[in-house]
Amino acid sequence: MFGLPIAFSAPWLLLALGVLPILWFLLRAVPPAPIRRRFPGVALLLGLNDEDSVVDRTPWWLLLLRMLAAAAAIIGFAGPVLNPESEDPSDKPLLVVLDGGWASAASWRTDSAALVTVLENAGRSGREAAIVQVTSPNAPQFLPAIATAQTLPKFAPLVWQPTGQNIEALIGNLGDEEFDSLWVSDGLDYEGRHRMLDVLTARGDLQVVQSGSQVSGISDVVFQDGVLKVIAQSSHQDTPEQLVGIIGTDPNGVEIALARGAIRYDSGSQQGVAEFSLPSEIRSRITRIEIEGVETAGATYLTGDRLKRREIGIVTVRDSREGLQLLSPTHYLRQAMVETADVIEGAILDIMPARPDVLVLADISTLAPTEEQSIQDWVEAGGILLRFAGPQMAASDLSRGDEHPLMPVRLRAGGRTVGGAMSWGEPKALAPFSIDSPFYGLQVPEDLRVTAQVLAQPDPNLADRVLAELSDGTPLVTRKIVGQGQVVLFHVTANAEWSGLPLSGLFVQMLDRLAILSAVSETEASVLEGTIWQPIKVLTASGRLEDGLTFPGVAGEALVDDPIGPSLRPGLYHSNDTNRVRNVLAPEDTLDAFEWPADVEVQGLSAPESKDLMGVLLAAALILLMVDTLASLALSGRLQGFGIAASVMAALLIPQGGEAQAQPTNELTDEIALGYVVTGDRELDQLSFNGLFGLSDVLFQRTSVEPVNPIGVNLETDELAFFPFLYWPIATGQPLPSDVAYGKLNRYLRSGGMILFDTRDADVARRGSASPNGRKLQQIARGLDIPALEPVPADHVLTRTFYLLKDFPGRYRGRNVWAEAAPPDAEQVEGMPFRNLNDGVTPVIIGGNDWASAWATNSRGTPLYPVGRGATGERQRELAYRFGINLIMHVLTGNYKSDQVHVPALLDRLGQ
Amino acid sequence: MNAISSEHPQLRRRAEGAAAKLPPLLARADILANTVLLGEHGRRRSGFGDDFWQYRPVQPGDSYRMIDWRRSARSDAQFVRQKEWQIAQSVSLWVDNAASMEYVSDKALAPKSDRSRLIALAISILLIRAGERVGLAGRALPPKRGDGQIWRLCEALMTNDNSDYGSPEARAMIPNSRALFLSDFLGDWNAVEYALGKAADRGVSGVLLQILDPAEEAFPFQGRAIFESMRAELTHETRKASDLQERYLARLADRKISLKRLARETGWQYECHLTNAPVQNALLWVYRAIERGR
Repeated sequence: MFGLPIAFSAPWLLLALGVLPILWFLLRAVPPAPIRRRFPGVALLLGLNDEDSVVDRTPWWLLLLRMLAAAAAIIGFAGPVLNPESEDPSDKPLLVVLDGGWASAASWRTDSAALVTVLENAGRSGREAAIVQVTSPNAPQFLPAIATAQTLPKFAPLVWQPTGQNIEALIGNLGDEEFDSLWVSDGLDYEGRHRMLDVLTARGDLQVVQSGSQVSGISDVVFQDGVLKVIAQSSHQDTPEQLVGIIGTDPNGVEIALARGAIRYDSGSQQGVAEFSLPSEIRSRITRIEIEGVETAGATYLTGDRLKRREIGIVTVRDSREGLQLLSPTHYLRQAMVETADVIEGAILDIMPARPDVLVLADISTLAPTEEQSIQDWVEAGGILLRFAGPQMAASDLSRGDEHPLMPVRLRAGGRTVGGAMSWGEPKALAPFSIDSPFYGLQVPEDLRVTAQVLAQPDPNLADRVLAELSDGTPLVTRKIVGQGQVVLFHVTANAEWSGLPLSGLFVQMLDRLAILSAVSETEASVLEGTIWQPIKVLTASGRLEDGLTFPGVAGEALVDDPIGPSLRPGLYHSNDTNRVRNVLAPEDTLDAFEWPADVEVQGLSAPESKDLMGVLLAAALILLMVDTLASLALSGRLQGFGIAASVMAALLIPQGGEAQAQPTNELTDEIALGYVVTGDRELDQLSFNGLFGLSDVLFQRTSVEPVNPIGVNLETDELAFFPFLYWPIATGQPLPSDVAYGKLNRYLRSGGMILFDTRDADVARRGSASPNGRKLQQIARGLDIPALEPVPADHVLTRTFYLLKDFPGRYRGRNVWAEAAPPDAEQVEGMPFRNLNDGVTPVIIGGNDWASAWATNSRGTPLYPVGRGATGERQRELAYRFGINLIMHVLTGNYKSDQVHVPALLDRLGQ
Repeated sequence: MNAISSEHPQLRRRAEGAAAKLPPLLARADILANTVLLGEHGRRRSGFGDDFWQYRPVQPGDSYRMIDWRRSARSDAQFVRQKEWQIAQSVSLWVDNAASMEYVSDKALAPKSDRSRLIALAISILLIRAGERVGLAGRALPPKRGDGQIWRLCEALMTNDNSDYGSPEARAMIPNSRALFLSDFLGDWNAVEYALGKAADRGVSGVLLQILDPAEEAFPFQGRAIFESMRAELTHETRKASDLQERYLARLADRKISLKRLARETGWQYECHLTNAPVQNALLWVYRAIERGR
């Protein structure tokens, strides 16, 4: 139209353009609506008449703008199309032959789009056409080409390649008509392709269309020497590099690309390799491997369980004590497991996201509610929880009255010791395993003795749960089934303290029998005979996984040996608790390109681009209307209000920062800041702030610690990791932290943070429950993992980190201040002034001296609260500041000042 | 919170809101008053007053109790202590509190009413400090002296009138006193004429300060518009506001010239002040104008 390559889908709509002049007059005639203005000067206006009786007209350019918008809308709705197709000269029926295997899936979409244009062109010249797919050979039905084009979506690539039988069946179905043919080929060689070629050329002209350059696929994945090798095949030599993605689930179960790499093909070779070195944690998550950008079944490789190793999480609570490897409760466990399984160690909440197969709790009795919940969920979903007894468990109230969900039996208080210096009897040996026990048949070493154990309460179901017992019939190993998982308790420690069991070979065998160590066993092909495998997920030709439960089961030997076809699809198969995988390409398969004879015309399929202009024009109309709105607003003087509205909109669009985290986290990492727990009591929070502000000031003046302003920490929402120190004033009104907050606090305490609890009542209750704040502290601390405490001893490092202090007054000159207890074996060495105490920072300090009040100053450094009387009071305030400085120094330097014990020796040496 | 205030939440909130306005206005007025550095304003002659004026030698006719013995003991002659003669003037304020004064054309500016109250209160502070008596025109708040009067003035100034335009208060003028009228003078012209005529009859002289918004001075409107007074009692519709500008400005100039002429005839002084001009200028002018007439 108009010499331009433009056609309209609804040309009669263009008649509406004739209405435009009428619109022009209408718009001119209607004046803009008046604005109401408040204006006191109106008193002076009364009686003034408009000189010009004509209305303030809409300016011509605004009218033009509106006309253009209307015109653009009308033309847009008329459906203009750029570059409509041209026509095709031939008049024979056209047979479109599709290979239709997985190799053609990559270019299927572009091929079918181009085929539609080819068929439509044929339709315009009145030709008939039919489509056949080699992989599912049906008789061709010649219909008008336009109708055939509409049947094209019925064809989809299939996951197997054409076979000789397919070709024969297709040739049998062809009949004896004359036709031209268009063969959409994937380029791979297959049996019978030559025969097909001969038949087609005999019937008429043959045109071959082959769009993709090469076909590639992954044939094997090998794990060797810590390196994951992905082996790929290509149909051509000198294939350029291809990206390969390792796909797996993240801890939340969402599929993500775990790693990406490149497949490099050596020159002259059709085989390429990509190498990955992945941590075993990542490796075990891999579900499939894909060549990126190639959407075919061959380019997708399912890994199944091949790359998995058993994953065992060992929970370590706090490993602040250095050395003493052999006394560590988990040392023997680690030794027993590290050979055959992947061992992860860490805190529970760090381990759980990795979804380990086995979780080991060695002598751990107290768990935060969130931790307990997550473990329980995990056990019910099939995890094995392996617990060992120990002094802590014996001393705790765990599973005492009621059976704890994560314990197989109820325990008697205290456990028992046999064969010690102060007890009767001999150390006990193990009884032979009963025939019901999974350990049946294992040899019990003669010299194995148990000297201490925790005792199970004799409950009705105890007998069913005992797996092993001592010679006197007391249980040694008990087990409870929970959901799909199980909880196993060894009634002795995991180290050699209570028994010789962990030292013996029996220990490893027992773990093996409990299916804790055994990895997925490699099943031989012969073993598969007679088994039936149900497909769980099957691959489509384009490499997507689909639900496979609708497909019939497959015999075991067929799964290994048969070629892929309608009855055997590649995918994930399941039988009898075992998974197997069948991939499109076997390790020994290669991909070969088909060499077309020289007289056959091979070309790429490409469609001239026809472009729909409707969207562009409608968008233009919309933009013009928006400009018109702005312009009319500006003309009538209402645009000032628009500016305000725009700024309001912008303010709404900007994401509002919550008030919770006062500063962005990256700022917190730049500077050190003292933190206080926000209790919700505004006055108390202000007091905490002022107190820490005063302390920060004093630190700034006297030490090289230069904190920024203190920050209130909301336990529920804020990240604690940035605060070396938290001040937690106890108020009766404050809510208990949620489970999530408890988990966060426990992690904080375990990773070296310190909390100063201040009951602010001069500790009148001596840490008892006699004062309301004391009771509150007990409630709060119940969910926290706090170690044994003792009053700060005179030689605690806290007394000498900066100042030498004897007591720790705040606003009150209270009694004891409590910190983590020194280990029982700490002794004063002769000639040394101090014992060598805790090797680390005490996680909590508890007192009631209301330190914040003594520290509190306003921004000019004036104390806000009175302390004591006169000079004595000022001295007390000074001591309170000194305590604060010592405390922060202790937090930041740990046991550094404990090394002062070496000073005499160092001085000695310097003297020489 | 007790039962009464919870039953009448608005009452309490409004009372608090109203009370909250007073100190800021007073503080601003106080600050403003402090910016004016005052010269001497005594009568410069001896008479009854508080301030020391001079010692003079005893003259025949002086009684003994007039002798300042402390001064006389230092020399051989006797002296009499004289004080400066001071006489307090009464100043009546009329601050237009009609709705038209609430008009503000731009959010960055203060309403005219705010500006007029600020000037009125500041001038009151200055005058009361100088020992004059200040009150409101009419019978509401007769002129008094002392700091307490400042508070009472402040409260009285915060009231609003519901009418569209204010008319000057001409009742109960104290003869031979001074007056200060603050308004936009856009309302009834006859009322102004009447009030000033009556004032002239009573021998009251004073100051007219016309306070206008910049938009009222410039008339920056265009397009089709309906202009309304603040209470919508008067309306005027125009199709092309920009055409009106010239004639509006002419009328405004007329009004100003009339005011000036009227002021000259009655012995008053007139000045126009825009709300976007510095308030100190207006205050200083008003103070000098009142002082000049004294």
